[in-house]
Amino acid sequence: MPIYVESRQLVTPGDLIAEGDYIAGENTYAEDKKIYASRIGIVEYEDKKVNVVALRAFYIPRVGDIVIGTVVEVGFNGWTVDINAPYQAILRASDVLSRPFKPQQDELSQFLDIGDLIVAKITAYDRAHDPQLTVGEPGLGKITRGQIIRITPTKIPRVIGRKGSMISIIKKETNCQIILGLNGVILITGKSLEDEELAIMAIRKIEEESHTSGLTDRITQMLKEEKAKREENKNE
Amino acid sequence: MSEKSEKLIDKKGVRLDGRKPDELRPIKLEVGVLSNADGSAYIEQGKNKILAAVYGPKELHPKHMALPDRMVLRCRYHMAPFSVQERKSPAPSRREIELSKVIREALEPSIFLEYYPKTGIDIFVEVLQADGSTRCASIVAASLALADAGIPMRDLVVACSAGKIDDTIILDLMDTEDKMGSADVPLALMPNLNAITLLQMDGTLTLEEFEKAVNLALEGCKKIYALQKEALKSKYVSVKEVEE
Repeated sequence: MPIYVESRQLVTPGDLIAEGDYIAGENTYAEDKKIYASRIGIVEYEDKKVNVVALRAFYIPRVGDIVIGTVVEVGFNGWTVDINAPYQAILRASDVLSRPFKPQQDELSQFLDIGDLIVAKITAYDRAHDPQLTVGEPGLGKITRGQIIRITPTKIPRVIGRKGSMISIIKKETNCQIILGLNGVILITGKSLEDEELAIMAIRKIEEESHTSGLTDRITQMLKEEKAKREENKNE
Repeated sequence: MSEKSEKLIDKKGVRLDGRKPDELRPIKLEVGVLSNADGSAYIEQGKNKILAAVYGPKELHPKHMALPDRMVLRCRYHMAPFSVQERKSPAPSRREIELSKVIREALEPSIFLEYYPKTGIDIFVEVLQADGSTRCASIVAASLALADAGIPMRDLVVACSAGKIDDTIILDLMDTEDKMGSADVPLALMPNLNAITLLQMDGTLTLEEFEKAVNLALEGCKKIYALQKEALKSKYVSVKEVEE
């Protein structure tokens, strides 16, 4: 059972990673007991399972994911929402209204119009059906203030960090409220524009250096330095 | 023609541009050159200059084209009006429509089309400057653009042409060799799986000559494959160095 590519190595699509008694995990496929990569990424072994952490990928909806989407169409009994995935999501009118929806009385564009941003949760999705959203939980719904930034969806776990270490540091240091859409869209709401800018700077840095180790420490240091600099400027 | 074709390769076996019969033109590859496309690549092979851009997978428009069990791959091969000596009409010609189909069919086996049903991928190949074997160069660039877009693939697709001029089998034909020579064999390959995805022949070859040409093209493909992988990885090498 030879391993052709060591852990943490970069592979391109079609690279033979391992042969024999292995299980093809994320971004890999098996043919004749051989495991190949199907995306460019970094190899990681998990017992018998071979994973490739993709460097380039797009968002694929999963039930339970929190996403941030843009309303692109107001329909007869719901909205079509672009969630940055290959499939457009559906948000039903009855979900937003929290009472039975009456097409004669209710004008849907009064609740959500084209271009509005929403934080939503995916309630249903499979190969045969487009993803369905809900906004009927605390923390979900229309976005009224804050800033939006978009990063590669594969890098969201890095922004979260181990057990949420990275994101909690950014939240603490910048006093911003941050909502991470798993589809690569991030909402940042702070008390001031400067706080928000600081958080954006940190997230951009994570995006750029996502494959490096010791990133959490460097982000903490950067945030502290930046804050000190800003304090000085204020005092002058 | 016989008079002209005698000049295509001299007695020492040196071609018009100074190459040996089994030598490739210099190739330059770059990945991720366009920021607005989901994936992109640029190739310079000799005087060929080709851009490839990929969008998707996304919902397909018009919607009736969508298939319930797999993705739809659409490809547009287009030559810029300034890509050839005499201005080319920008409207798609018969040849361009055919090449669009050929490139699409060469790339299709490399993609896991069944992963995302009802969606589509658009590939745009823009030839900025043409100098022979553009279909092969286009496939090389388009395959890189697909990988750059993060589309799950079985393997990268490499392509290379071989042919015959003055009774010599040669690798990687340029424009004059294609026009004056007696045969052209473009070939596309998925190297790790050892699967040929495109094989055409224009002109006449004996069976032995054909076999020789195919083997030569396969050798060429393997050389280009190394460059292709290097180009794809180089985008992330700087990141890796920081880590170590």
